[in-house]
Amino acid sequence: MSRAGMVSRLVAPLLVFVGVLGFWQFASTTLLEPGERFLLPPPMEVLRLGLFDPAAREQLLAGLWSTTVVALVGLAVSMVVGVSLGLLMSQARWVEISIYPYAVLLQTIPILAVVSQLGYWFGYDFTSRVTVCVLVSLFPIITSTLFGVKSVEPGLHDLLALYRAGRWQRLLRLQVPAALPAMINGFKISAGLSMVGAIIADFFFRQGEPGIGRLIDVYRQQLSTERLLTALFLSSLVGLVLFWSFDLLGTWVQRRRHAQRTTRTAVSAS
Amino acid sequence: MEFAGVSVAFGGTQALAGVDLTVHRGEMVALVGPSGCGKSTLLRLAAGFQGPTAGTVSVTGDSLGYVFQDATLMPWRSVQRNVELPGQLAGLPATERRRLAADAIARVGLTGFERHRPAQLSGGMRMRVSIARALTMRPDLYLFDEPFGALDEMTRERLGEELNSLFVAESFAGLFVTHSIPEGVFLATRVVVLSGRPGRIVADIPVPFDYPRPPESRYSPEFAATAATVSAALRGAAEVAV
Repeated sequence: MSRAGMVSRLVAPLLVFVGVLGFWQFASTTLLEPGERFLLPPPMEVLRLGLFDPAAREQLLAGLWSTTVVALVGLAVSMVVGVSLGLLMSQARWVEISIYPYAVLLQTIPILAVVSQLGYWFGYDFTSRVTVCVLVSLFPIITSTLFGVKSVEPGLHDLLALYRAGRWQRLLRLQVPAALPAMINGFKISAGLSMVGAIIADFFFRQGEPGIGRLIDVYRQQLSTERLLTALFLSSLVGLVLFWSFDLLGTWVQRRRHAQRTTRTAVSAS
Repeated sequence: MEFAGVSVAFGGTQALAGVDLTVHRGEMVALVGPSGCGKSTLLRLAAGFQGPTAGTVSVTGDSLGYVFQDATLMPWRSVQRNVELPGQLAGLPATERRRLAADAIARVGLTGFERHRPAQLSGGMRMRVSIARALTMRPDLYLFDEPFGALDEMTRERLGEELNSLFVAESFAGLFVTHSIPEGVFLATRVVVLSGRPGRIVADIPVPFDYPRPPESRYSPEFAATAATVSAALRGAAEVAV
């Protein structure tokens, strides 16, 4: 990317951020009466009570940590299960048509209704929380894996048939590497979903180690909008970091495919 | 390689009807015909990608080189690793398949580009990689499915000349599908003309030149005469189809 492109990549979102912050400040100090200000406290107040207050900060960061761990474990399980299911479905039409409807169902079930049920079945600890994350983040990984495998150039399938490649060779030498960018795209979408899943589970279970979901509930009841907003920003930030990490991984994989790895000849991407 | 009374039907359409064709070692047969006459289907039969509806296809020799219409390379693999693929699939030891690949890359003049990715190469260079990949296992029979069709004229002629040198050096059996009459005449020992659908052989024209064929032989009167014979047969074939 060119230098100007890099700069605008950073400056443009920053301008949006400043604009939103400005409007927020304006709304809470000018649009709202002092008595209503708890509905949307100004940005500095959010920082003061949410992050600069040591007790609140400690509570929030501990909650964020426990929720993030749940989300990451859930995402890891989704990646393994989703890629396996996607690859399995890509190997035989009958497997695909038998499993696919349930994969879609996974996407359409109201997760809130399932969360309490999961609590009854598996208790309210780590396992149930991870299960919620897996339920909400599995579908994009299955479909993108399946899509990636199906997008293999037909000529390459003929090529492997010519050299009498077996099913494993076809899977490992052709289908998995061809589907890798699509899989990473799926991980990217699922990372944010898994974070949402971890917060929902924590919010509804109200038991076990308190995470960011429980804190959101507590702050809501206390009308502590400053801390509520801080909790929202922190969890979004984690989602954003996860999203960016997979985005970077995807870009790296694509770049490797378009340039040799040696430094013998410099290849500029511009 | 021998086709005997080969017919192929897809659903209700007859693609090939009673094709008899034998290609021996040391023969390069060009296959020309109107669009949709089943030229590529003949190659797919020879490669075993599909079976005939009637008749027999027999191919002797245990390995086969196939050069597709597109270069058909794996974009995630370097040139070297793309050319190593046949050896890898055959389970050859790493040192052996690297040696074979390096040799094949050298024969298509791509030494020095081993670590490049397909995306960094021109269309002509990608096609050379594809040919190198077909060369690695040193097959006795090569199938070419309009490999140079998407390239510019200069590259196309250059690759044709290189293919001729490879043919002289290896003396394999080759079946080359093309849309271009001059290309067919320049490359082949025989030009076989197929009729429109259903495809059947309407002419089998020997090309009376020895190898090596210098580039300028394309402009000799004998070359023009042979091309004219092929063209006339092709016109006749097309009229049958209409």
